[in-house]
Amino acid sequence: MKEPVVKIEHLSFKYGEQEEYALKDLSLEIYDGEWLAIVGHNGSGKSTLAKLMNGLQYPQEGTVEICGIKLTEETIWEIRKLVGMVFQNPDNQFVGTTVQDDVAFGLENNGIPREEMVKRVDDSLKKVKMDQFRHLEPHHLSGGQKQRVAIAGVLALKPKIIILDEATSMLDPQGREEVLATIRDLKSTNKITVISITHDLEEAAKADRIVVMNRGRIYKQGTPEEIFQMEDELVELGLDIPFPVKIIKKLQEKGIFIDENYLSEEELVEKLWTFHSGK
Amino acid sequence: MTGKFILGRYVPADSLLHRMDPRAKLILIFLFVCVVFVANNPVTYGILLLYTFAMALLSKVPLRFILGGLKPILWLILFTFLLHLFLTRDGDVLFSIGRLEIYEGGVRQGIFISLRFFLLILMTSLLTLTTTPIQITDGLEILLGPLKKLNVPVHELALMMSISLRFIPTLMQETDKIMKAQTARGVDFSSGPLKQRIQAVIPLLVPLFISSFKRAEELAVAMEARGYRGGEGRTKFRQLHWAALDTVMLLVLVLITVLLVILRT
Repeated sequence: MKEPVVKIEHLSFKYGEQEEYALKDLSLEIYDGEWLAIVGHNGSGKSTLAKLMNGLQYPQEGTVEICGIKLTEETIWEIRKLVGMVFQNPDNQFVGTTVQDDVAFGLENNGIPREEMVKRVDDSLKKVKMDQFRHLEPHHLSGGQKQRVAIAGVLALKPKIIILDEATSMLDPQGREEVLATIRDLKSTNKITVISITHDLEEAAKADRIVVMNRGRIYKQGTPEEIFQMEDELVELGLDIPFPVKIIKKLQEKGIFIDENYLSEEELVEKLWTFHSGK
Repeated sequence: MTGKFILGRYVPADSLLHRMDPRAKLILIFLFVCVVFVANNPVTYGILLLYTFAMALLSKVPLRFILGGLKPILWLILFTFLLHLFLTRDGDVLFSIGRLEIYEGGVRQGIFISLRFFLLILMTSLLTLTTTPIQITDGLEILLGPLKKLNVPVHELALMMSISLRFIPTLMQETDKIMKAQTARGVDFSSGPLKQRIQAVIPLLVPLFISSFKRAEELAVAMEARGYRGGEGRTKFRQLHWAALDTVMLLVLVLITVLLVILRT
């Protein structure tokens, strides 16, 4: 069994005066190098969970441990170095006046010496393929590009874990693919754990493991294939399985078997039109 | 705000003035503002005028563009001139129109004061024409650094300034979007009496304010997540370089100051 990098035990949390718990007695382990998707409809507690892994909120009951460090008020800065976060709105997390200034922001906060800073800004911009835009101002960038800059800003701090909190939900399909491709690329070249919080099951489909949240609890977890089996249940939870998965299922009912478990829309089209000749 | 008006505008170019350290430029302007008040006769004003135009030429921003951009200020300068012309009663009477008498001192004072005004505006425009707002912010942050000892939140003010600068285009885009959305719903921004037009701005401002608050909140969370905890122990990515050029430029102005002090009457 691999080492857990995130260990959450009996975590409960509720906001201020609210009656209902945002998270209730939740336990979860996330392993090194894993891509975990946390899915659920609005208000299922998935974003709250993300905030608790980064010290933006503190546990009221239970514990959160990141790489063996327990989250308390004393350790949050330590933990924020280990856990990088990319948020939903590309504009509202862009602090710097230019691309490179924004990537440097987190480094400046942590008092990294300038020579080291220049090197790291350079490296991370190359990793997300934004190095030729380094002097541009944010309003000249597309949403997908801004999110890639946000990822570079996180990478520059050399975190163990990246949390994508609905990071693709405000992007157009092209921007979304850009960001996801960047993440896939990073995951394969760097040893990094990715936690993506999303309500888009198509995004979750490429993850190693999916956790389905409902009313502050873990409803179910498993591989994407396992999760997509529970079609109707997912619909009841306000989620819908991706269109290609539906098609593959319908085809199976008709006796046509496509041997892959998950395909993107394009891959499915490719598969279908070559289906006959491929045999 | 658009059009030819140049106050606060930046014109990119590769010139001596563009290359100067913003700190040097800020000190230069500050010194110049003081020096302008030293001049009090035609020779000293002449020197200042020459110096200012030399600086304008060094900026490589076309002189015509600068002067054209200062046109709206021209009325103010003219007004200052006329005010001094009619109200100063000093020296001989040059001529009189009916009961209005124009004195020699009035003409001189009018020319000097409006020239002073013109020089000040021209020089400060040169600062903004050749320096990006963010450079000015960085320069100010360092120059005002000592005030931290007096508990002035210099770093916070500079960060506020740079974030505002960063969000100006974003908010402009948003305003444009909201305007289009409201126009599609039948709001008329461009015609009707003034009262109606002011009322039409309300459905523009309310969504803009709400979204700005939301942005501010999200930005604060994102900054915290990226480890922001105030100016303490923070390093800086952008750096300013004080070069020989900066020292030379300042020395030139110091020499001119000395010259002016000697030549003033």
